[in-house]
Amino acid sequence: MSARRRPPKNKSSQKNSASNSVLPSFPKCYKKNSKPHKFCPGCGHPIVLKMLGQAIDELKIQNKSVFLIDIGCSLLAWDFYNIDTTQTHHGRTIPVALGFKRANPEAVVIAYLGDGGAYSIGMQHLVHATLRNENITTIVVNNMNYGMTGGQMAPTTITEQPPTTTAPFGRKEKYLGTPLKGPEMLEKIGVPGQYIARMSVDVPPQLKLTLKKALQHQMDKKGFSFVEALSYCPNNWKTNAAETIATLQKAKQEFPTYEKEL
Amino acid sequence: MPQKENRQFLQGNVVAAHAALAAGATHFYGYPITPSSEILETWVNLVGDPAKPNKSPVTKEPLQYLQCEDEMTSGFAMIGSCLAGKKAFTTTAGPGNILMQDAFSAAEALRIPTVALIMQRGGLSTSTVIYSQEEVTLTCLGGNGEGFRVVYSPHNIQELYDYTIKAFNTAWKYRYPTFVLGDGYQGKMHGEVNLHTMDPKSYVKPKPILLSNKGKNKKSVNLRNCYDQEEEIYEIIEKYRKDFARDSKKIAESESLFLDDAESVIISHGIVSTAAKEAVGRLRKHGQKIGFWRPITLRPIDLPGLLKAVKGKKEIIYIESALGQLSRLINDELMSSNDNRVRNVRIKTMFKPALGISPRDITDFISKNVS
Repeated sequence: MSARRRPPKNKSSQKNSASNSVLPSFPKCYKKNSKPHKFCPGCGHPIVLKMLGQAIDELKIQNKSVFLIDIGCSLLAWDFYNIDTTQTHHGRTIPVALGFKRANPEAVVIAYLGDGGAYSIGMQHLVHATLRNENITTIVVNNMNYGMTGGQMAPTTITEQPPTTTAPFGRKEKYLGTPLKGPEMLEKIGVPGQYIARMSVDVPPQLKLTLKKALQHQMDKKGFSFVEALSYCPNNWKTNAAETIATLQKAKQEFPTYEKEL
Repeated sequence: MPQKENRQFLQGNVVAAHAALAAGATHFYGYPITPSSEILETWVNLVGDPAKPNKSPVTKEPLQYLQCEDEMTSGFAMIGSCLAGKKAFTTTAGPGNILMQDAFSAAEALRIPTVALIMQRGGLSTSTVIYSQEEVTLTCLGGNGEGFRVVYSPHNIQELYDYTIKAFNTAWKYRYPTFVLGDGYQGKMHGEVNLHTMDPKSYVKPKPILLSNKGKNKKSVNLRNCYDQEEEIYEIIEKYRKDFARDSKKIAESESLFLDDAESVIISHGIVSTAAKEAVGRLRKHGQKIGFWRPITLRPIDLPGLLKAVKGKKEIIYIESALGQLSRLINDELMSSNDNRVRNVRIKTMFKPALGISPRDITDFISKNVS
C-alpha cells in the first residue's frame, strides 16, 4: 500500500509532466480530501474552479492567496482549495475582499460569487469597488438563475433559456425587466487600465487565460480586475447534455465573450 | 511606564476617534449617520492626506480610512481587515445599526474581533437623531445569532474614551465582536477628558486570522458560515456558549454605590445612570436608603455583581430612556437565580422612551413611588 501511495519522487514528477501535455493537470492547490467536490453533476462551477486552480498553480500564488466566496452555490467551494478561505453572503464578499486587501496589500485576494450576489443584492459593492479601482480580482459565475435556492429568475435570466420557477412563462421582459450585462455595465463606469472580461465554461483553456490575466493584473497592482464566467446549470435548467450546450450557445448571443483592458 | 496625561475639552465623538487611535486601530470603515458622523470625520483628519497618511502612535503603521457606499460595506470591509490581522473599526447609529447587523452576525459566527462604536438615535425606525437607549436589544442581541458579543455602555465622555480603548483589547483577546454603546448626547456633548496614552500592559496585539501561516507545509484555514448538518452547527454554538460563559467572568463589569444599607436599588445604564447617580446622592442626603447599580457591560451582564446588588433588597427601580430594553436583559439574569431573596424583589420601572432623563425627574419619581 505505502509503496503505491508514495512513489519515488522523480517518477511522480515525470508522471505529472506527462499528463500535463495531454490532459489539464489536477491543480496542486486543490484540497484533495474535499474531493469529489460538492457541486451537482454537470455544474459549471467545478470547471471555473479547476481553471482558477491551474491559474493559481501557474502563477505560484497558493500561499499568498485568499479565496473569498459568497452565499449560493459558490459557498460549496469553502474547502475546495488548500488556500485560506472564508465565506459571507449577498455579495458582501467584495467588501470583505477589499477590506482584506487594504490591510494586506501583498495578498492576492479573490472574490468569487454568483450573478445574484454580484448583480442584484450586492450590486452596489461591485459598482463602487470598480469606481474606487480596488486592487482585487472578482470572479462572477453567471448561470442565469438562482441555483442554490432552486432555480428562480436572476437578474441575468434571458428570454431564450428554459423557464425559471419564478418566471414559469419565461422572462417576459415587458413584465420582468431586461437581463443585466455585468461586464458591459462595468465598462461604462470603469477606470482606465481595468481588466474586464467575460468567458464561458465550454472553452476552459480560454477561461483559464482570462483568470490568469485577471490575477496577474492584481499582482501588478494595476487595480480592479473582473471576470464573468458564463456557466451551466443543467439541474435547474432541467436540460440534458445537448440542451445544456445549446442553452449556453444561446446565452452567448446575449452575453458575448470578450476581454478588454479599459 | 506611566500613562501620559493629555487634558482637553472635546466633543464626545471626537474623543471616541482619539480613543481608537490610542488603542492602536489602523483601519476605519464608515458611512455617515447622525449622531455618529464626527467619529468618521475626526478619523479622516487623524489619517490626513491618504497619499501620505499619518502613522499609528502604537503600531507605527500608516492609518487608513474608507467612506463606504453603505453600512454593509463598512461592516464587511472591517471584517476583511480583521481577518488580515489589523485593528479595524466602524461607527453607526439607528437604521445604520440595523444594516450593519448583517456584518455583526457574520463576525459573531466567525469570532471576528470587530469593534463598532454605536451612537444611539431616538425612537423607532428613522425617528429622532438625538438620543435614547432604544438600540440596546439590537446591539446586544441583533442579527441571527445568540448574542456572543461584548457591549460596553459608558456613562460619560471619559468612560467613552477609556472603554473604547478597552473594546479593542477585549475584542482581540477573546475574539468577540465588541461594541461601545453611546448615544446622541454622549456623542454630541463637549466635556473635559484626559486623552491619556494606553497602558502598554493592557495592549493586545492583533494577529492575522487568514494567511497567518506562511510556512512551507502550510495547512489552509478554511472558514465558513454555512453548514448543512444540524449537529455540526449545534456543536459550534455549544462551544461558543461555553467559551462565552467562561470569558464573561473576566469581561463583565459593573459599578455600585451605597448597596450596604440600601432598601431599594436604582438600576440604569449609560448616560441615564449619570443622572441616576446624581439623584441617588441627593436622595441619600434626605436620609433615603437607596442604592445604585449599573452594568458597564450590557453583554455579558456581571451576574455576581447584579445578585449582590439585588439580594435581600425590597425593590429595584429600572430607569431607562426605552421601554424596558435594559430591564429585559437584567430580569432574564435574575430569573436564572434560584435564590428567593433575589426572585422576590419587587420591580418598579421609570421608562421614558426617547426622552432625556434628569436627576430631578428621578428624585421626583422616587419621592412619589418609593416609600
